[in-house]
Amino acid sequence: MRLSGLQKEVLSLYRQCLRECRKKPSTRRDHFQVFARQEFEKNVKIDKRDFSAIEFLLRKGRRQLEIYSSPGVKDIK
Amino acid sequence: MATLRSSASALVGAVSRPALRATTAKTLPSLAVRGMAQVTDAQQTNQTASGDKANLKTFQIYRWNPDTPTEKPKMQSYTLDLNKTGPMVLDALIRIKNELDPTLTFRRSCREGICGSCAMNINGTNTLACLCRIPPENSADMKIYPLPHTYVVKDLVPDLTQFYKQYKSIKPYLQRDTPAEDGKEYRQSKADRKKLDGLYECILCACCSTSCPSYWWNSEEYLGPAILLQSYRWLVDSRDEKTAQRKDALNNSMSLYRCHTILNCTRTCPKGLNPGLAIAEIKKSMAF
Repeated sequence: MRLSGLQKEVLSLYRQCLRECRKKPSTRRDHFQVFARQEFEKNVKIDKRDFSAIEFLLRKGRRQLEIYSSPGVKDIK
Repeated sequence: MATLRSSASALVGAVSRPALRATTAKTLPSLAVRGMAQVTDAQQTNQTASGDKANLKTFQIYRWNPDTPTEKPKMQSYTLDLNKTGPMVLDALIRIKNELDPTLTFRRSCREGICGSCAMNINGTNTLACLCRIPPENSADMKIYPLPHTYVVKDLVPDLTQFYKQYKSIKPYLQRDTPAEDGKEYRQSKADRKKLDGLYECILCACCSTSCPSYWWNSEEYLGPAILLQSYRWLVDSRDEKTAQRKDALNNSMSLYRCHTILNCTRTCPKGLNPGLAIAEIKKSMAF
């Protein structure tokens, strides 16, 4: 299946999240992975043509990633 | 806290106006306050005499909730009685939030045009809600939007992250290597100080930047009128010693030269400043 630009952006954000997870301490890594997965699954029902909503969620996701990827964040619930 | 307090006073105002008047006059014995109170009193007595009580005005306000991103933004109408509302748009917004719809979201703080929090687009003009009067004669609806071409956080709250990042990028602080001659303050002549008038008053409300079409299309790279005004404020400061570096940082096709003297910035500035002139001065000083 050919993916649209927006879909590629979403996937790349998810990949970035997983990559950041690997930098977290190994004991709590799965907490971060589960959290990232949940954040994406919350909005999995959004219509793929609803560009404004997806773009907003992308911006929100990037902001969240920026915050959670700081080394000070050790665990997530 | 402030919200609670103002809601209480609004309720008191609705029930017993004269009592509230007396307290305001007592606590704030300033001429302006007293003058205003008298005027409103006169208006109110006139209205009760003629029997016409309600002076209704409808406000159409942009609503969008980030918790339901699939819902489109919409305009919601609220009708207020202007006789019971303060004279400014911010008073109306606070009253709507207190009495009609607590979910309405906007930034406000000083309510006197010094903090720049309540910048929004009112009837097509970017301005501060606290400095914008509700036109009393005009019965048309007032339309209130967030600042144009900004990402919306919620309702009337714009995301100014990029704006503040750009402000940070111009290093808005005094840069010096040499200490002061007498080891005390950095002195400045009266003439040098005078150059900062019309620049230091800027409160960074972002009204000008978000009214600039050039900034709309190039907000990533073009600094925009507000930031350039601040940039100029540090360029002309006689105490600053990094003027050359500051100019170097602006010397590219995007940062400064995306200004095409549209002058929306000067027209819209709620503080009556002239960012267009400041930008022109920077361009002049770079050219020679």
